[in-house]
Amino acid sequence: MNSTKPLSLPRYRWPGGVRTGVWFLLVALLCLPFADLDVSSLDPWREIGRMLQGVISPQLMDPVLVTEALLATLAFAFAGVALAVICGFLLALMFHNLLVRAICALIRSIHELFWALIFLQFFGLHPLTGLLAIAVPYCGIFARMYAEIFDQVATQPEKALPVGSGFFSALLYTRLPQAWPHLVSYTSYRLECGIRSSAILGFVGLPTLGYYLESSFSQGYYSEVAGLMILFYLLIATKKLWLRRWTLPLFLLGSPFFMGSGMPIIWGNVGRFFSQDIIPAPLRSGDASLHSLVDWAGTIVMDQALPGVWNTLLLSQIALVVTGLFALLFFPLINRYCFDTVGRIPGHIFLVVARSTPEYLLAYILLQLLGPSMLPAVIALAIHNGALIGYLTGRNSNEIRLRPDAPERRTDRYFYELLPRSYPAFLSFMLYRWEVIMRETAILGILGIQTIGFFVDSAIQEIRFDVALLLILIAAMMNILVDLLARRIQLHP
Amino acid sequence: MSLLAIQSDALGYGDQRVLGPVSLDIRAGEHLILLGKSGCGKSTLLNHIYSENRRECALIPQGLGLVECLSVFHNVYMGRLPRYTVLHNIRNLIRPAQARVAEILPLLERLGLAAKCFSQVADLSGGQQQRVAVARALFQDAPVLLADEPVSALDGPEADRVMSLLGQNFATAVITLHDVDRALRYGQRIIAIQNGELVLDQPSGRLTASALNEFY
Repeated sequence: MNSTKPLSLPRYRWPGGVRTGVWFLLVALLCLPFADLDVSSLDPWREIGRMLQGVISPQLMDPVLVTEALLATLAFAFAGVALAVICGFLLALMFHNLLVRAICALIRSIHELFWALIFLQFFGLHPLTGLLAIAVPYCGIFARMYAEIFDQVATQPEKALPVGSGFFSALLYTRLPQAWPHLVSYTSYRLECGIRSSAILGFVGLPTLGYYLESSFSQGYYSEVAGLMILFYLLIATKKLWLRRWTLPLFLLGSPFFMGSGMPIIWGNVGRFFSQDIIPAPLRSGDASLHSLVDWAGTIVMDQALPGVWNTLLLSQIALVVTGLFALLFFPLINRYCFDTVGRIPGHIFLVVARSTPEYLLAYILLQLLGPSMLPAVIALAIHNGALIGYLTGRNSNEIRLRPDAPERRTDRYFYELLPRSYPAFLSFMLYRWEVIMRETAILGILGIQTIGFFVDSAIQEIRFDVALLLILIAAMMNILVDLLARRIQLHP
Repeated sequence: MSLLAIQSDALGYGDQRVLGPVSLDIRAGEHLILLGKSGCGKSTLLNHIYSENRRECALIPQGLGLVECLSVFHNVYMGRLPRYTVLHNIRNLIRPAQARVAEILPLLERLGLAAKCFSQVADLSGGQQQRVAVARALFQDAPVLLADEPVSALDGPEADRVMSLLGQNFATAVITLHDVDRALRYGQRIIAIQNGELVLDQPSGRLTASALNEFY
């Protein structure tokens, strides 16, 4: 203390996780100048005013129709998720197989709306389209998550079993009971996602909530939209009340009867889709030279895939960072060291509403208000995902036990205790979400933003399914790459 | 001259009574040691004193209460959060202020932690973490120290060094210990707790190690 001896001190460096976050922030800032973030509608405030009027005077349309829509929404969600659970569970048991892993990665990297667009081409508006659009991608998701859960249970019980116990007996007596609570809680979370997905499928014509939302919205009946949305929030918020162990079989058995009859499948279409529609154009026309094929693919890549991928990357990187900022802003709202029980209620309500609103629907609404640009998409993605990650981080931060002499000022407490302690969990939620945000960004193209979904949608409108499929596969590759990158960063921040 | 006066009925968690009625005067300039078996209510008493006198006290809690993903520097700095503006605190979190580093380094040096200044607390050993908590209390510079087993993870000479450092820097202190010899060496007044009651309250000069050992 008395002598001032020189001490060679290493420079202060941010912890690895913080550096990761700052890199993402810098990338997003670099993306900003290239992104179209203008408000192009002439008078957004008037429309916002009309919409707010609708919110304060919600109105129910024909109750029979509404009930049918809600039941159909639940039916597609329950049946789709149930099918996905069964297939996903079986695939999870084979997840050590590289081919199984690759197939699961591919099917889950294609968004359920893309799946719906594909199935629509050959099943038409048949219930099977909606069922499979949910079941197929969810199956890939369940396979991976279930496999991860199985990997995390203790292995000693299984090792201690006598030789020759058999694969299934060993599974039933050791791994399954240990993993059960985690499997159930994940499946229940996914069911909620399934209800949202199912509602959104209405936008492509299935008889779920989205169908009625779109038709009311496009006619400017905002009171009806508000009424439908309130019902939807109530449905999700009361899930714990109506979804019990004994009601589950009722929902599962009942779901096939509420999907609507749709249109009959024309099997000729199915055959034509696989034998003609999706065959690359040069092959179909008999000009099967490598040259013409490269030409065909090259044109699509240059004119559609590259701009689509570029816009998808720009939008998703910006949306990811805004999502993160929102989440860090939102999570103290439900933290018990920031607000008392009553003070946390508004935060809880806000987060449940924001995370129950599908980003696709939010983007649809905001696009009508603000005009076609990336701005409404960024806001929509950030509100939905920010509320979800904010909720997860907030729940996580409530497990923290503060010392008795923790800082008293709320801001000090946030920056020196809650934020550093919650940050690692927050970062891992974000890395998980990165791929989801990119998948959603691609799909928002259907609404007119020029991400890859825009080009997929245009190709389908022009009845060029070969092009659409190629673009969907390119989008899938992007998602798989981002998923791999996220996991690398997770392991070596 | 009493600095802190503790008056309370039963203390405990929920319905469970840990400590009976307590009446205790802590005089300025006095180093008071609480002795007793683990679970006898020492920590409960200490936390109670802290909750009644937050302004005057620096606390070294039993679990240390360090933020493991922050650096040693930031954990020590937390002792003085209330003295600075929120803005300064946020800035210092992002980039350590030179002046604060210059204040904290000598302190870390005396605790043998200078080289670890910018290491994450999670990377330190148990003994080093305990010294970080000690450094935080020293940096806070409060009139009274409340310490719950502040040297439990340190070896003999190290423990003695830290105890005398705490003794020099805090005029008044309430420290729980389980080592009778060390209690006699550093305490001026010793209180023993047994079965939820204060059973002994004497100046340490009048006590011997063998007399105290019966409380264990």
